Amino acid sequence: MKRIRLMMVHTFLILATVCSLFPFLWMLVGMTNSSSDIVKGKFQLGNMLSTNINKLLEITSLGNSFKMSLMIAVIGTFCTLVLCSMAGYGFEIYRTRGKDRLFGVLLLSMMMPFAAVMIPMFRMFSQAGLLNTSTAVILPSMTTAFMIFFFMQNTKSFPRELLQAGRVDGLGEWSLFFRIFVPTMKPIYAAGAIITFMNYWNSFMWPLIVLQTQEKKTLPLVVSSLASSYNPDYGVIMVAIVITTVPTLVIFFLMQKQFVQGMLGSVK
Amino acid sequence: MKSKWKNASLTGWLFVAVPAGLILLFSFYPMYQSLLLSFQSGKGSVYNYVGFNNYVRLFSDPIFKQATLNTLLYLAIQVPIMLILGLVIANFLNKPNLRFKGFYRTAIFLPCVTSLVSYSILFKSIFAVDGIVNQILMKMNMIDVPIAWLLDPVWSRVVIIVAITWRWTGYNMIFYLSAMQNIDPSIYEAASIDGASKTRQLFTMTVPLLKPIILLTMITSTSSTLQLFDEVVNITGGGPGNATMTISQYIYNLSFMYTPNFGYAATVSYAIVFMVAVLAFIQMKAAGDKK
Repeated sequence: MKRIRLMMVHTFLILATVCSLFPFLWMLVGMTNSSSDIVKGKFQLGNMLSTNINKLLEITSLGNSFKMSLMIAVIGTFCTLVLCSMAGYGFEIYRTRGKDRLFGVLLLSMMMPFAAVMIPMFRMFSQAGLLNTSTAVILPSMTTAFMIFFFMQNTKSFPRELLQAGRVDGLGEWSLFFRIFVPTMKPIYAAGAIITFMNYWNSFMWPLIVLQTQEKKTLPLVVSSLASSYNPDYGVIMVAIVITTVPTLVIFFLMQKQFVQGMLGSVK
Repeated sequence: MKSKWKNASLTGWLFVAVPAGLILLFSFYPMYQSLLLSFQSGKGSVYNYVGFNNYVRLFSDPIFKQATLNTLLYLAIQVPIMLILGLVIANFLNKPNLRFKGFYRTAIFLPCVTSLVSYSILFKSIFAVDGIVNQILMKMNMIDVPIAWLLDPVWSRVVIIVAITWRWTGYNMIFYLSAMQNIDPSIYEAASIDGASKTRQLFTMTVPLLKPIILLTMITSTSSTLQLFDEVVNITGGGPGNATMTISQYIYNLSFMYTPNFGYAATVSYAIVFMVAVLAFIQMKAAGDKK
């Protein structure tokens, strides 16, 4: 009886695993096939890989898009970490009633649907002449209540004696933050960095609105526009999807622990 | 000493000032602008106040009704399936001496690293009319003729639900699993000695202990399903007809695809604000009452 139960559990989990992994295999196999073979469901390696890669390079400015995606994700992540860790640290270490109230108000922003803020924000950036720039993509998601909360929760376990010791040594309040808090909290920064990087790298709706010319498009925009053309070439699209997905896969496998920690965020 | 403390307090405000200012500028200010805009109508940069006209239009707009219906349908069907599936998988993976546990966990979590655009298009190609899913189903004798997944109003919704479930089940599973690992195993031993079956333990012990996490995943999935955009745009484009269109996509179309009508689009966006607020309130109330 117990063995049958165990076998059923394994069968269920194997089925779930196959379903989870299949699309990954599908994109790798698809990369080597022609578009017509892909929509006919061919699931064997073909010989179209170099043709697909060449066509992708020919019809898109892929190098530019890769650079654009990378620049947005790296600069965006850096700014997010600096600003949100500062705020999380400030709210927790210099806790006062006023700041608690302010934080409560900021948390409300997590309930605001993006669709409701995007139109005025689009007009704001258009008036500022910032449309079609990476700045427009980076700025609005640079500070989130989620990330502030993440740093605030993790600051709770930060040993405050270190700060006292630093004060005795004559360090100012800002040096305490940059020279004691930041180095001590490196693993927390790593976790926050991964999750922020992924969000920027994969974001779609806001870049779609503000980035308008071909050479400014990020990778998800390239993939989407290839697929929405009148006669989409799936072989080419698969190559683009693989190029978009591989960096995030590599980060995931190198830093699985921090990845999960960043995602779970403040829930512990 | 006192003046030093005052200084420290001022420093504290300096730490939070810039980030708080940015959130006010990029969330609260646009929300307020959007509210004003929802009472206006116009073209280009000239907008006039038209009172409740946009709101009146909202209630007689067939596309808005369809989009709302679709969005609520995804919510009512997809979110429960995904959360229950996540809970069941987490429960299996929480067995202390299950073999290949790490492999299963990583594999089921892996969809979370894909971008929403990429996986949507993978699903679009997998569910092509002559595509692999139809071939497998036909080989298994489950269907005789291929299903036109993306051309049929009902099946296209099914594809969207399947796709979202694929992407997010592992995500929610990790939340449950990490919470389960914080539960003291000795309470299960005690329950087993008292003769409670594993299934019974799941429903009478694990689920109640996980209530805060389940509530959290419910609220976040509800809010993200109400804002569904990337998947629908990339899998079906909202079609066939408007059969799969969501509210977010309708707002996008009103603002950037059709002749721009920012005023009415803002009104539609407040429908999402309203729904997010009401559903979060209901879920928190329901969770609170069961205590």
